Amino acid sequence: MNSEPVMPTALKILIAGGFGVGKTTMVGSVSEVPPLETEERMTEASLGVDDLAGVEGKASTTVAMDFGRITIAPELVLYLFGTPGQDRFWFMWDDLAMGALGAVVLADTRRLQASFASIDFFEERGIPFAVGINCFHGRRDCTPEQVSAAMDLDPATPVVLCDVRDRASSKHVLLSVLEAARARASARLASAGGGH
Amino acid sequence: MPEQRWRTGPETGRYLRPYAITGGRTRHSQHAFALITLVVARTAHLADAGHLEPEAAHILHLCRDRALAVAEIAALLDLPVSVVKVLCGDLLDASLILVQSPPGREDQPSVELIERVMDGIRQL
Ligand SMILES: Nc1nc2c(ncn2[C@@H]2O[C@H](COP(=O)(O)OP(=O)(O)OP(=O)(O)O)[C@@H](O)[C@H]2O)c(=O)[nH]1
Ligand SMILES: [Mg+2]
Repeated sequence: MNSEPVMPTALKILIAGGFGVGKTTMVGSVSEVPPLETEERMTEASLGVDDLAGVEGKASTTVAMDFGRITIAPELVLYLFGTPGQDRFWFMWDDLAMGALGAVVLADTRRLQASFASIDFFEERGIPFAVGINCFHGRRDCTPEQVSAAMDLDPATPVVLCDVRDRASSKHVLLSVLEAARARASARLASAGGGH
Repeated sequence: MPEQRWRTGPETGRYLRPYAITGGRTRHSQHAFALITLVVARTAHLADAGHLEPEAAHILHLCRDRALAVAEIAALLDLPVSVVKVLCGDLLDASLILVQSPPGREDQPSVELIERVMDGIRQL
């Protein structure tokens, strides 16, 4: 039927990092729509409960997250999901990370440890990521190399200084993630080719 | 403390109400949707939509001219993502929507796809 529209493909990149590190700001600075917010209840949907009969009395944890959208082409749409900073429960939200092209881990040099949980999560799942050092108050008080060493990152993981209020800077961080993803895809191709 | 939300206070309705729309279901028995599964209304079939729940009709309306992700629908309707997934499952059963699942865990992105996304970001 010719009236039925062509379905685009959707991709996503996650924006993670500690509380108040600039995730929502980054989503807003590159999204074509103001950041939207949605939520999921961990007890019911993600802890394996199919039906609410009998669990009404149980406490649930609501995890909210914001996201934006970038239309790359009519048939290709990229979604950016900011993960909730303080809430550890997003780690149980499988759907959130599944199939992600990559992730940004935003970090503040005054409290790098707030980003460690996100880094562990993406390393364990083999999701390519880049670390963005959000330079609050114009503080460029350390180099990417120092941060990489302090966080014990794989030297191949990109670390970039950024100000995510600035669209060009946020774009640069996204391109760093995609470079990491591309390197991963090339390596996969090379090892598949070498096997023949 | 958290349990009390279920029994007292103005939030009670907010926590229980969304699942009344789905008859208490938090998952659809047939269809799995992702946060970025895209949904579009099958325009030719909108005439069959008269009997729908208001929320389901609202989804069809939002997705009439464009594809929206499940997460976008949830945000616009102010409903939990899991409720929207159940409603979309019912709409799919009724052949009222078309859906496009995103690449899954096994579909590793190609170099070409990643470079297309990079070009798109550069052009923003
Ligand atoms: N100076 C400066 N301020 C920033 C920058 N990025 C964000 N901010 C500010 O920092 C505050 C927190 O930013 P958000 O984007 O809300 O941070 P978030 O990571 O989404 O926070 P949560 O979702 O609460 O974890 C806001 O007031 C921003 O305006 C930056 O690069 N430089
Ligand atoms: Mg935020």
